[in-house]
Amino acid sequence: VSGRVLRYAIPLAALPVLLLLGYGFRTDPREIPSPLIGKHAAPFTLKTFDGAPISLEALRGSVVVLNFWASWCYPACYEEAPVLTRAWDTYKDRGVVLVGIDIQDKEDAAKKFLAQFKYTFPNAPDPAGRVSVDYGVYGVPETFFIDKAGRVRGKHVGAVTDEILRQRVEALLGERG
Amino acid sequence: MIPEIGYAATVAGLVLALYGAVAAAVGAGTGRPALVQSSQRAAIGVWVLVTCCMLLLVYAFLTFDFSIRYVAINTNRGTPFYYRITALWGALEGSIILWTWMLSLYTLIVVVQYRRRQPDFYPWVLAVMLGIAAFFLLIMTIPAPPFERLTPVPPDGRGLNPLLEDTGMITHPVALYLGFTGFTVPFAFALAALITGRIGDEWITITRRWTILAWYFLALGLLIGGWWSYHVLGWGGYWAWDPVENAAFMPWLTGTAFLHSVMIQERRRMLKLWNLTLIILTFSLTVFGTFLTRSGIIGSVHAFTQGSIGQFFLGFLALVLLGSFSLLAWRLPQLKAQGELDSILSRESVFLLNNLFLVAAAFTVFFGTVFPLLSEAVRGTKLSVGAPFFNLVNIPLFLGLLLLMGVGPLIAWRRASADNLRRNFLKPVVAGILAALILRVLGVGNALVLLCMGLVVFVTGTMVLDFYRAVRARRRTARGWLDAAGGLLLQQNRRYGGFVVHLGVLVVALGVAGSQAWSLHTETTIEKGQSASLAGYKVRFEGLEASEESNHSKVTAAFTVTNGRPLGVLHPAKKFYPQEQTPIAGVDYRLGLMEDLYLVLGDYAQDGSHATVKIQINRMVSWLWIGGLVLTLGAALAILPDQRRAV
Repeated sequence: VSGRVLRYAIPLAALPVLLLLGYGFRTDPREIPSPLIGKHAAPFTLKTFDGAPISLEALRGSVVVLNFWASWCYPACYEEAPVLTRAWDTYKDRGVVLVGIDIQDKEDAAKKFLAQFKYTFPNAPDPAGRVSVDYGVYGVPETFFIDKAGRVRGKHVGAVTDEILRQRVEALLGERG
Repeated sequence: MIPEIGYAATVAGLVLALYGAVAAAVGAGTGRPALVQSSQRAAIGVWVLVTCCMLLLVYAFLTFDFSIRYVAINTNRGTPFYYRITALWGALEGSIILWTWMLSLYTLIVVVQYRRRQPDFYPWVLAVMLGIAAFFLLIMTIPAPPFERLTPVPPDGRGLNPLLEDTGMITHPVALYLGFTGFTVPFAFALAALITGRIGDEWITITRRWTILAWYFLALGLLIGGWWSYHVLGWGGYWAWDPVENAAFMPWLTGTAFLHSVMIQERRRMLKLWNLTLIILTFSLTVFGTFLTRSGIIGSVHAFTQGSIGQFFLGFLALVLLGSFSLLAWRLPQLKAQGELDSILSRESVFLLNNLFLVAAAFTVFFGTVFPLLSEAVRGTKLSVGAPFFNLVNIPLFLGLLLLMGVGPLIAWRRASADNLRRNFLKPVVAGILAALILRVLGVGNALVLLCMGLVVFVTGTMVLDFYRAVRARRRTARGWLDAAGGLLLQQNRRYGGFVVHLGVLVVALGVAGSQAWSLHTETTIEKGQSASLAGYKVRFEGLEASEESNHSKVTAAFTVTNGRPLGVLHPAKKFYPQEQTPIAGVDYRLGLMEDLYLVLGDYAQDGSHATVKIQINRMVSWLWIGGLVLTLGAALAILPDQRRAV
């Protein structure tokens, strides 16, 4: 190899590695495909903070957005709370039910959170942690999208945005039940 | 007020560092010493400002100033005093401050040490180091500002990651970062050598002790990290080939290669190009490590949060790699070796082989670490590379390195005669083989363990033999054996410091081999008052107790432990932090030279009638920590000023 070629080849050898690392920004290692996608959503019956019972079975036929949160989950849960409130206002009359499940929390702190964001959709604590285990919740917030037939169709890790919610929900609403 | 002062100090530091880097370079390029002196004052200013930033943040932590986002996320009112100080480097932004501070401290030491002694290199070294400091200050200014405000101010903070509430977390990042940033000094000297064209051995001689220091701190950081993993994470292991562990291990491997290959250059005027390449790679790998930890591109237990910081680091990495390799390419014609390899049987070739193995190990670790990314880019499938791959490739390499560790220090330069080989190696080889045979007869069946132990005995044998001969030779002029040995250690501190470091590595190797081959564990549910046994130990469940700590609640179990005689009561626990979903294990253990008894509490009945416990007998893990102490002694000895030159 001549000296001139080598002069360019030495610095350029680093390029493929740099490109690969650059590619890394386009991926998210935490976005692990959930094995629950396409499967039947695990049924549950919980008591909401208002004392009313809520069961997933009873919501068959509606698109269900299941959101796992906690009052100590700062800042992600606080960031997505206004998004959820907006989504509830938009979709509550269009056959979409938003269900919040509060995990590993203290009751008074959770109630303060609910009051702060004026949540009006059903929210229930998961005192035994069963539901979060059934859904393989790894960290909060996590949001599951369940279709009218009761199957898990999508999962979002981290705070949801208006855009993500709109896309997912519209797609599921467009399907026949 | 504090956030504003802190932010102002950061920006002022950035401006000063940028100015200093440019002034030093221009001053050196145009031969104006006044500019270099001005840059020197800028370097001192950078250190003062970064120190201010650090102290301000510590003050904010101590006074629970939750108007600062970083404080609010990493402490709460229950966080104990010491952890409020170490919370400083508990997450991304603060860890960058610590990093920058160390770098500015090293720069200050360079100013103090070399401003008169190295008039040629010094301005360029200053320019490079201030340039790097400027990058880190840029990170502190834009993508990871530690003094970012939080509004509205919360009444209480979120709290430190409970896993970081440990003494290991006080020391591990400090040691690791001292190692990472320490490599900046030899790197800066290497670049200065390339820029000035004085690519002889000078830069190597000047930075020898810096390299040992950085190498040692990196090794210490890795070992403390292992200790933290061992006694905090509750899985009973000390190394998991996690991407971020790998990120710290790679520069250590290339740094080790560099420490050895510079000796050939000093002695034989060979490998100039190779040594420059190695130090550039080592420094780049430290940057790569920070990039990996902070960019969020690879999943890891160590990963900090994501943000634009990754792009900044990648840009910097590109600048470092392309910039320094371009410099290298530009100087290529002057980098021709003056000496050449005379024989395969020579110290040069053994050192070359050592370099080959170390770089191969670094490459496989690198490959395994970025492979998930490669796989996703090329085939679109997500996967993770686990311990089996790393072990498969690295175990043979490390065993080979052990062998070379025995041969290298004693084989003759240039060409080893049959007599040299026989004199130095016959007895140690016999000792190694005998040791392996004895262990085999005693019932050790694992071939890898036998090989490792045999090699360890062989290497120890070569060192003992060499040291014995040297002491005997010296005794003629000294008063006694002790005097002779002490004098030898001090006068040839470089050689024997290296020996002691090797000894430390051998002890660590024994710990790794023993713990991997002989550890046992079982998981069992025990009724209250009943016991379970494993390998001669009896563990009796005495009951549970709940308690409230300042920032978490805790369920503690009591197990009485005996092995023929009473050994006391162990208290593994589960800690419940409000900010964490899953409870944190509080392991309890009884450390021993040959084996540790290690208990992890699993599920339990609320009424305390029964509990599940994982009982582990971890063999020879303590040798890792002892090896770390030996390593410390060796590095300290090697770093002493060279006595021979002083005489």
